[in-house]
Amino acid sequence: MQHVSAVREPLVTGGKTYHDVTQDVCRQVEAKPNVRWMAALSVALFLFGVFLYSVYRTLWYGIGEWGLNKTVGWAWDITNFVWWVGIGHAGTLISAVLLLFRQKWRTSINRAAEAMTIFAVICAAMFPVLHMGRPWLAFWVLPFQNTFGSLWVNFNSPLLWDVFAISTYFSVSLVFWYTGLIPDFATIRDRAKGPIARRAYALLSFGWTGSAKHWSRYETVSLILAGVSTPLVLSVHTIVSMDFATSVVPGWHTTIFPPYFVAGAIFSGFAMVLTLMLITRVVFKLEDYITLEHIALMNKIMMITGSIVGVAYITEFFIAWYSQVEFEQYAFINRATGPYWWAYWSMMTCNVITPQLVWIRKVRYSIPLTFLLSIIVNIGMWFERFVIIVTSLHRDYLPSSWAMFSPTRIDVGIYLGTIGLFFTLFLLFAKFFPVINMAEVKSVLKYGVDNGPTYVGGHDHHAPVQHAATPGVPASAPVNYNKHD
Amino acid sequence: MQESPKYWKGIEELENSPEFVKNALTEFADFLPVKETYGSSDESVAPRRDFLKLMGFGIAAATLASCQTPIKKAIPYLNKPEEVDPGIANFYASSYFNGTDYNSILVKTREGRPIKLEGNPGSPITGGGLSARAQASVLSLYDGGRLQHFTIKGQKAETARVDQEIRTKLAGATGRIAIVSPTIISPTTKKVIAEFAARYPNTEHVMYDANSSSALLRANGGVVPAYDFSKADVIVSLGADFLGTWLSPIEYARQYITNRKVSSDKRTMSRHFQFEPTMSLTGANADVRVAVKPSEMGAVAAALYNGIVGGGSSSFKNEQLNKAVAELKAHRGRSLVVSGSNDVAVQTVVTAINQALGNVGTTVDTDNPSFVRQGDDARFLRLVNDMNAGTVGAVIFYHANPAYNHPLADKVRSGIAKVPMSISLNDRLDETGSLCYYACPDHNFLESWNDYEPRRGALSLAQPTISPLFATRQAQDSLLKWAGNQQSYYNYLRANWRGVLGGNFQANWDKAVHDGVAVGSLTPAVQPQLGSTITIDQALSKIASAPKQTGIELSLYEKVGVGPGYGADANNPWLQELPDPVSKATWGNYLAVPRTMAVAAENKWEQGDVVRITTANGQSVELPILIQPGQAQGSVSVAIGYGREKAGRVGDKLGANVYPLAVAADNAISYVTSVTKIEKTGANSQIAQTQTHHTIMDRKPVVQEATLDEYAKNPKKVTEYDKVATPEGLEDPRKVSLWQDYEYKNHHWGMVIDLNSCIGCGSCVIGCQIENNVAVVGKQEVINRREMHWLRIDRYYSSDHHKDEFETEGKLATYRAMEDPSDNPSVIFQPMLCQHCNHAPCETVCPVLATTHSSEGLNQMTYNRCVGTRYCANNCPYKVRRFNWFSYYSNEKFETVNGHMFTDLGRMVLNPDVTVRARGVMEKCSFCVQRIQLAKLEAKKQKRRPKDGEVVTACAQSCPTQAIVFGDLLDPESQVHKITQREHGERGFHVIDSINTQSNITYLTKIRNTEESRNA
Repeated sequence: MQHVSAVREPLVTGGKTYHDVTQDVCRQVEAKPNVRWMAALSVALFLFGVFLYSVYRTLWYGIGEWGLNKTVGWAWDITNFVWWVGIGHAGTLISAVLLLFRQKWRTSINRAAEAMTIFAVICAAMFPVLHMGRPWLAFWVLPFQNTFGSLWVNFNSPLLWDVFAISTYFSVSLVFWYTGLIPDFATIRDRAKGPIARRAYALLSFGWTGSAKHWSRYETVSLILAGVSTPLVLSVHTIVSMDFATSVVPGWHTTIFPPYFVAGAIFSGFAMVLTLMLITRVVFKLEDYITLEHIALMNKIMMITGSIVGVAYITEFFIAWYSQVEFEQYAFINRATGPYWWAYWSMMTCNVITPQLVWIRKVRYSIPLTFLLSIIVNIGMWFERFVIIVTSLHRDYLPSSWAMFSPTRIDVGIYLGTIGLFFTLFLLFAKFFPVINMAEVKSVLKYGVDNGPTYVGGHDHHAPVQHAATPGVPASAPVNYNKHD
Repeated sequence: MQESPKYWKGIEELENSPEFVKNALTEFADFLPVKETYGSSDESVAPRRDFLKLMGFGIAAATLASCQTPIKKAIPYLNKPEEVDPGIANFYASSYFNGTDYNSILVKTREGRPIKLEGNPGSPITGGGLSARAQASVLSLYDGGRLQHFTIKGQKAETARVDQEIRTKLAGATGRIAIVSPTIISPTTKKVIAEFAARYPNTEHVMYDANSSSALLRANGGVVPAYDFSKADVIVSLGADFLGTWLSPIEYARQYITNRKVSSDKRTMSRHFQFEPTMSLTGANADVRVAVKPSEMGAVAAALYNGIVGGGSSSFKNEQLNKAVAELKAHRGRSLVVSGSNDVAVQTVVTAINQALGNVGTTVDTDNPSFVRQGDDARFLRLVNDMNAGTVGAVIFYHANPAYNHPLADKVRSGIAKVPMSISLNDRLDETGSLCYYACPDHNFLESWNDYEPRRGALSLAQPTISPLFATRQAQDSLLKWAGNQQSYYNYLRANWRGVLGGNFQANWDKAVHDGVAVGSLTPAVQPQLGSTITIDQALSKIASAPKQTGIELSLYEKVGVGPGYGADANNPWLQELPDPVSKATWGNYLAVPRTMAVAAENKWEQGDVVRITTANGQSVELPILIQPGQAQGSVSVAIGYGREKAGRVGDKLGANVYPLAVAADNAISYVTSVTKIEKTGANSQIAQTQTHHTIMDRKPVVQEATLDEYAKNPKKVTEYDKVATPEGLEDPRKVSLWQDYEYKNHHWGMVIDLNSCIGCGSCVIGCQIENNVAVVGKQEVINRREMHWLRIDRYYSSDHHKDEFETEGKLATYRAMEDPSDNPSVIFQPMLCQHCNHAPCETVCPVLATTHSSEGLNQMTYNRCVGTRYCANNCPYKVRRFNWFSYYSNEKFETVNGHMFTDLGRMVLNPDVTVRARGVMEKCSFCVQRIQLAKLEAKKQKRRPKDGEVVTACAQSCPTQAIVFGDLLDPESQVHKITQREHGERGFHVIDSINTQSNITYLTKIRNTEESRNA
């Protein structure tokens, strides 16, 4: 047990009862899909179709279908890879780090954030495979016993570290996410009307009965997994950054990359969580669970990580100057003023300047502005990776090889396609899985009910519930916590 | 009861038991159980299981039968030809000459197929060097665009019938019979033609050159003097691109560089002045280059002459010219002036200058002249007129294509139509051949016997290295046959050589065939054929009286790769994709314009803008713009050899044909004309350049140069060595490393590239491409920056702006300014290939260990293991790794440009020792590991170590100037070891040493013989 100040605002508004929570969350799962969901899924599936077509072209004809060339060997592929991996980070941060730090407000967003992590990692994992010239041999990057003789993988290569980092990350995230889902699956199972649904959710819930032993193990596993995941938040993007940092390419060869990438990952991840949450809460009417307070808190994290990233950008320039290395200096001058200046300044505007608006309280609590900001940050973070990869490669050591990169339709198709894949998965998740962790939300709800004062005011469609006064808090001193409504 | 038989087969028959009798008629003792099993009865043992078994077997059998791997038959020799061992290459000496440059060659054959040409080190003319054009010509042997049989009016015809008809018609021809050819330097071929002329007495042999040197011949009594650039301390060239395309570039390059190489033994070099309108390969190598409008070339020559002999005046004033005069005067007898002009007056002046300087006999040899140009423009012009006038009865085109490569192509075409009988001996139905009634295609030179005499006294032989691939016949055999001589050309050739070889003929002949070259002359003492020369005074007054040009002038030039478009060169994808040494453009021609003209307010041309250029003779073509640094103000230039209609699938419709823009007047062709109009068409056609950034950005660690003065004064100061900062102060980067050094116990292969010797000709690029089966990717893919060349030549122009302006102008502005080349830049070439780093950045990043370090210092690429992440290419500071973006051997997009990898015919040229790389894998220079391996095995068989010089990479082999030296760094006797030791601390440096890649290639700083230092 922990003590929470009485004046702290409730994490769930609208005076929800346990039953309300179950109702609100299970409604989407049990009801027929609504039109908006169908429309969204159609768009996502269309984009996924674009993805399949682009992948077909890539696999059938070769990487030449992309815009890469002899000088720029990676561009949109690895940009997208890093972007998606980065997006995934918020989920892990919310579910693991915030769990360890006992940040209870995470409960209503962690489920969706974790799902986002998993889908983002799936999207990200497409690229290391697709960008290979011979993806059908991708399994060669795994250190397995083989009959090729003494062939083994190269443990010096950061790409190999990536293989381990991403696969570990994906497995741990998946297990963590699924563990959290089990009690909620059981709830749905218990409510399910149709035989198929009952059977399916019964399978998914692994025979959960809700006994004290189950809960105890659930808590233990969650804590252990949180402990395992927490270093992953730092390690995955650290290792991704080493793809660049350990190279000799000016603009890549930078020791600041690990912290800079991790901050950037959390930054972009929170932006994506916000984008998704803001849509979900409206589409599924979950405004009482994902409150403005949540949005404001996430905005703050975004602003802080955005500022860290901004400092990193400036530090890079300082180090380039301080190093007195000609190639390094030129790489950064070229980044800001060369042919790709527009990419650099898009990045700076989106990632460093716009998040500073969050200092203004009104912006922080404004849903449309937050939504806009989250999109801007996602664009900015995509540009950050593009800037790092392409502007460093396109003009490196030998001016004779300097070249420009321009994407083809297939490049664009694969990128949009992974967005389609992501949203297809996310929409299916949102429809068939509980988007909010009912069990954990109930735990914060309980707290509010037990210790909170009488609830006054309310929401349109929920009758205010009067609770018995808790000892120590005079019932005659009602406080309206719902001031933002 | 039957009687027992008298004879029986066994006891059973003898006994003849009832059971035996019963079974005697049935062969099998019992019925197979099948029927029983498959009977309708229900009690059958296991019908379902058996059914499944049978079905399984049936499906498996049907599946196996249907999936048949394509059968590729490798047929072994039933009777192994002598000397041909499968897997072992044979080399045969031969010669290459197709009307442009002469090269003595060694033909490498594998299992009877020529697969590569190499320079013949025994040749007194070309040494071991070989031009890019000659290198690439091996592909023309397997060119599917060749005409594969005789034709009549384009239809296949029996050889005998064609012969019959031709002989009848020749006998009955009214009017002259003309044989039209480019320069022929084969004495025996000339004899054949003479015999033909003897049989048909009204025969005339007319030679013309697509890139004519008539004026040079006229000014030198009908011959091209033999030049010796190696003896010249001062060289002045007036527009002669003698290192690239002029007369005999490989020969001249070899001589030129002899006096340009510097080392601790020789700290002097020749000084080279170049006056020219467009930046040629030669101009790019000059110490002093002055951009001159084409019309001023005469004035430059006159000014030089006046300066040297004193007196007179010229309209051309230039400080550099005065210096050139002074230097020439100071080096009488040790200097050389040459001109590429086709103006008799200019050439006369140049001849006079050489005479005045006393160069005749030292650097200019008229006694043993060169025969590589004999074309007479005037005679050909007369022939064209006669053809149109109807006085020509028959015309035979022997490797000549005037319907394309002559300014009066229109008149040639109409003329051919008026000639009763026209025969083409060309190897394809080209622009001329397709107009001819008969086509009797000649063999490829690799299928032919022939002899050559490029210079008086220097004979050379060509021998067939493969049986004729098609139903073609050697042109000389055709001519002999038509002349009624039934002898084969081979016997004819031998007979003709009896005189010169003498003594024990067979032994001498065998030696000559083996060596490819011989001493002696088969050419009769020169009869000056060309019109009388004008006197020097006439020449000077003609130059002085020439009208002053004020408008834009156009000069036509020849490309190092495709050349004037002779024979099969235009249809050769290797040549089309060979970047122009200076502009780095491939696949087509363009209008080279100076920057000032492009940016002028009235023009505002961007690179790639298509303009329509109209010349004084009313002809016009559309061409894209290329802004060419070094292009003379007020002048533009275009390459000839493009805009083909009937060259073949590869060569057709590339660029524009500018031959019509040349002027055929005054009995000579002028490649210089004035422009009346250049207007934008609004279209844009991107030029496929392999390099789009042109300046070095003052990156000394990449490429270094110094002046001769600096070098002579303090050779230890000419090269800057990078240092890295450590806590102990500045340190040699090699001393600071994360990695453990490799230990080399046996060999350590390395290379030295002398930037002072490299002229940038591109011979090595093609040599490497052939040796290593490097794919051709075509124009669009070059535009996409995906050319596959393992070895490229980086070309950097100097800029007017340097780092020392950082303080005054600011860094940003200076860097921006440094991107722009000077208007008349100095140029440096740098061959760039895999540096085989000992601490290779590529090796550490490959996740699957597909690129690794060998125990002999090679950076190896294992194609089979590569999964294609391209990480290695990103991490390569030299950007020498090439990725297979597509299946270049099966993707239909490349069927035209890379056709030789698609057909059985074309695939014969592939080097069987080198894999054709699959789609999705990385490839790069291997230091010709197959050659290393071969030499090691040869040495091993003889129980010894490989000697220096036994391992020669393809690039080093083909280099006409020996700029590339390859060998074992551990062998104290090796050249490469000696040079690296000698030049250590002087000129030797490694590219971007500061990142400590510890490359195995040492570059030697370029030394310029200029007065002012271009160093920032």
